[in-house]
Amino acid sequence: MMYIIRRFMLLITTILLVSMITFGVFQILPGDPVRTMLGTEADPTQIENLRSELGLDRPLYEQYSDWMKGLLTGELGNSIRFSMPVKDLLFDRLPVTMSLAGLTLIIVLTVSLPLGMFAARRQNKLIDVSLSTVTQIGMAVPSFWLGMMLILYVGMQFSFFKISGYIPWSQSVSGALSTLILPALTIAIPQIAVNFRYVRTAILEQIQLDYVRTIRSKGMSERNVMYKHVLKNSMIPILTVFGLIMAEVVAGTIIVEQVFSLPGIGQLLITAISNRDFPLVQGIVMYITVAVVVINFIVDILYSVLDPRIRLR
Amino acid sequence: MKNSQRYTKHINLIIGLLVIVGFFLVMLISFFYTPHDVNAMNIPDKLLGPSRSYFFGTDEFGRDIFSRIMQGTQTAFAVGILTVLIGTSFGILIGGIAGYVGGWIDEIFMRLMDALMAFPGIILALMLVAIFGPGIVNTAIALGIIAIPAIARISRSGFVQHRDAEYVLAAKLIGVKPYKIMFRHILPNISSQIIVAATVTFATAMLAEAALSYLGLGVQPPNPSWGRMLKDSQAYLVNAPWYTFAPGGAITILVLGLYMLSNALRDYMDPRSKS
Amino acid sequence: MKQRKNWILLMLTLIVVLIISACSSDGGKDTSQGTTDGSTTDVPQAIVVRVNDDPDFLDPHKATASISYQMILNIFEGLMAPETDGSLKEGLAESYEISEDGLTYTFKIRSGVKFHNGEDVTVEDIQYSFDRLMGKNGGEKMSNNFDNVASTEAPDASTFVITLKEPNSNFLYSLTARQSAIVPKSNDGKHNENPIGTGPFAYVKYSPGTNLALTKNENYWKEGLPYLDKVTFAFQSDDQAAIMSLMANEVDLTSVPWQRVSEVEGSHTLSHQNNNSSLIVTFNETKAPFDNVKVRQAMNYAISKSDIIDSVFAGYAVPLGSNMSPAMGDYQKMGLEKMYAQDVEKAKALLAQAGYPDGFKTKITVSSHNDMYSNIAQIVVANLKEIGVDVEIEVVEWGIWLDRVYFGRDYQMTTIDLTGRASAYEILNDYISTNDGENFFLFKNDEYDQIMTDVLKETDQAKQIAYYQRAQEILAEQSAAVYIADYQIVWGSDKQVTGLKSYPFWFHDMSEVKFSN
Repeated sequence: MMYIIRRFMLLITTILLVSMITFGVFQILPGDPVRTMLGTEADPTQIENLRSELGLDRPLYEQYSDWMKGLLTGELGNSIRFSMPVKDLLFDRLPVTMSLAGLTLIIVLTVSLPLGMFAARRQNKLIDVSLSTVTQIGMAVPSFWLGMMLILYVGMQFSFFKISGYIPWSQSVSGALSTLILPALTIAIPQIAVNFRYVRTAILEQIQLDYVRTIRSKGMSERNVMYKHVLKNSMIPILTVFGLIMAEVVAGTIIVEQVFSLPGIGQLLITAISNRDFPLVQGIVMYITVAVVVINFIVDILYSVLDPRIRLR
Repeated sequence: MKNSQRYTKHINLIIGLLVIVGFFLVMLISFFYTPHDVNAMNIPDKLLGPSRSYFFGTDEFGRDIFSRIMQGTQTAFAVGILTVLIGTSFGILIGGIAGYVGGWIDEIFMRLMDALMAFPGIILALMLVAIFGPGIVNTAIALGIIAIPAIARISRSGFVQHRDAEYVLAAKLIGVKPYKIMFRHILPNISSQIIVAATVTFATAMLAEAALSYLGLGVQPPNPSWGRMLKDSQAYLVNAPWYTFAPGGAITILVLGLYMLSNALRDYMDPRSKS
Repeated sequence: MKQRKNWILLMLTLIVVLIISACSSDGGKDTSQGTTDGSTTDVPQAIVVRVNDDPDFLDPHKATASISYQMILNIFEGLMAPETDGSLKEGLAESYEISEDGLTYTFKIRSGVKFHNGEDVTVEDIQYSFDRLMGKNGGEKMSNNFDNVASTEAPDASTFVITLKEPNSNFLYSLTARQSAIVPKSNDGKHNENPIGTGPFAYVKYSPGTNLALTKNENYWKEGLPYLDKVTFAFQSDDQAAIMSLMANEVDLTSVPWQRVSEVEGSHTLSHQNNNSSLIVTFNETKAPFDNVKVRQAMNYAISKSDIIDSVFAGYAVPLGSNMSPAMGDYQKMGLEKMYAQDVEKAKALLAQAGYPDGFKTKITVSSHNDMYSNIAQIVVANLKEIGVDVEIEVVEWGIWLDRVYFGRDYQMTTIDLTGRASAYEILNDYISTNDGENFFLFKNDEYDQIMTDVLKETDQAKQIAYYQRAQEILAEQSAAVYIADYQIVWGSDKQVTGLKSYPFWFHDMSEVKFSN
């Protein structure tokens, strides 16, 4: 219990620090949101009107304390670029990014788990060596390029895939899949390599342990050895990677949503940064980082539940 | 079994080293010689396919892609090495102080690192590049800052492990100054983990530079940068496919080499894999 | 062995699931397209038009970005309406008269026109719209276009009179929907959330970052128009992804990157539109060395327009000699684009005369929001290197460019595309004359300013043209900027789409568009 409380305190301080960094960074960021929005054709009257309307002419500490108050009550303010509440914009896009991240995780797990087990069983055979090399190539390819290649060589070839936009699950499941599979693959491919490596190592470590030798010698079928014992016990180390992968997946959505024109949070963030839409960027960044921090918190807690030794550290 | 395992490690090490040394040599050569002037435009020769005079073809300005890939190694190494230097020096300093001194300094430093780590790298990179502006040095500064927390964590745990070691206590007793103990005595003992992290940092810096280029903010032209070339080539995916495969291949091969090297190093140093 | 079987089984299941879902999907476009219009064929009359970015505002009086008008001019109309050749015709005004002294404009308002909410358009609404723009009904002033207006009044239910303080031969251009859309008084305070106009299409929904959906205005005053039931403007910033969406039949109309025209030739209808913008490389003309006209001329001789046109625009551009594009017809002074054919020797000689025999070092600041600019900068660097001028490229984000270059004027060289305007006066006055706040390259020429003042008082069109042509000559002689080109937008559209019109400014006019077999 002490461990959980301590971890929780850490979580709160991290979130506080994140909020400070987020607000601070945007105060030194050059570029003016109002001018960016109105472009070259704005006349000074319009610029001044909009600026005072948005409250950007108020002193900094007022803007900051308002933002903090808003954060605590869940009100993230209004977007400058889209003149609507940041909250609404976020919740409109959340399903897209969540679906993308979820599908990516499913792909990563369904591919890397069996692949890692397969490779571990054939440790150092040619197939094992080539598998780890091939998966590493996936890590080494720039993600936007991978996305473009998937669009060109898969998306354009099969009419099933849609290469831009998003169809909600509620409208059509296959439609949603058709928009999400390629971007999910783009994020998943590098992560498969990471996870594959961890699964393989974790299983190798288990296989070498005495108890495996014992149950094997007792005549338990190889299948039962693998699934009932080895895989189960390997899940603890694999779980730690899960938090790491989750953070990478969330980061991956940012570029990939851009490539596939998916109206998710990442795409919104890029637009918001280039438009200097501070309330929106701050809202999204807070949202993403808090999500990442909370996931890591949960993973840590789970880890400590599964492996009590960790609590003693 | 043991022989073949060593064999795997060797494969990673050999390929990794070959790739990195190979690109390094290309970089050295590119200082003195490239087949064509990298920035000389020759519009009538634009978008030619690979040929004997243009090994990798030409780009939309009629510049030789092969020469630009060659010179791009300079940008790649400049960004990579600078990023690693910034990331490791500050990472070791912060992690070292936190780990060696401990107490509330440790707490403050590491919470700050946690907070930095909570940001997805590309978001921090975007914000930092927006502050510093694009360009080789600025990109490297931004990517270096992002690399700091990971290296700080690794060095912190190294310093924590070693701070109560006998050789450290002995040095303390004879009055060696703390910074000397940290950097002369402890650092060499944990350098191997840091080298692995530095190799990975180099690799991720390459990918991050490409991602920034995709968003229009990486290294500035006319400095040949693979990331920027890769972005520019998007318009010619169908009409001039060789254009995209040259920088795409260069990035992938170098990053793959770095990853293989780091994996090999990790395997060599991981005590468990020795058993 | 069993392990391998399991693994293969898993992969097979995945593949089967994929194939099944592939077969069950319709593969084509959105199925929820609107009902078919009885008067046309059984082709669904719903179009998806790709645009690069979101509108800044839907409120036509608040919007300033040209991208917004590209879409919302389908919703709104003004007293006057633009024509594709750059002239004007009557819009909500059925007819108009201008008094002898050029001060009083009397408009007869078209009867029976309804707003999208079903209300009739009244002179009160027109009065309200102008008052709102001029800041006369409590709000802030929303436009500077009407500073010259002395009074507005509505003597009867179908007449609207505007009186000016000084004659302005360009005034009618301020009366299109772009400058002064007519909006219903009853919608006060909600013009941005729920825009209502009189145009061929009515607002349905705006999803930020995704699309803007419009629907047919069943009561449109032009008989039989529009044909389309539904118009969706889909926002997609990546040009390369957009053309693939066109090929995959996910959008029906988009601009095609010049380099990729050949990929959709044959499969799609292509139309070329002179953008009527002027792409320029320009300088801060108050600072050395660019305060010297000889240096500016040397730049002009050194920079190769054809290099830029060939490589950046793949040939889809017309060279310019001044701000005025051939898209403006008679207003353009022809031949100026040949005044500075690339001539390295002449450029060097001019530099030497200006006191820079060995060239100099300078910096070109460009925005990152469009690759076009950094590509042009690279050619400028290569061209100027030949005359000994060493140029460093500085790429900055659009927001920073606006701050530093456009508003701050703290730069040496830059390149930018000056957006097209509907009127020759605006093209020549905006950004250039010292009367204009947007003169960011700080060009100063007394004769030019005089011309721009005089032309407003001139009512004879032939004489106006003479003034405008002289103004263009001055820009070329004084080398106000290196005028590069007016690039063409190549529109790629579904083969079934007909009725697209192009204007000398950005406007996706959907009123006459339809899908045919």
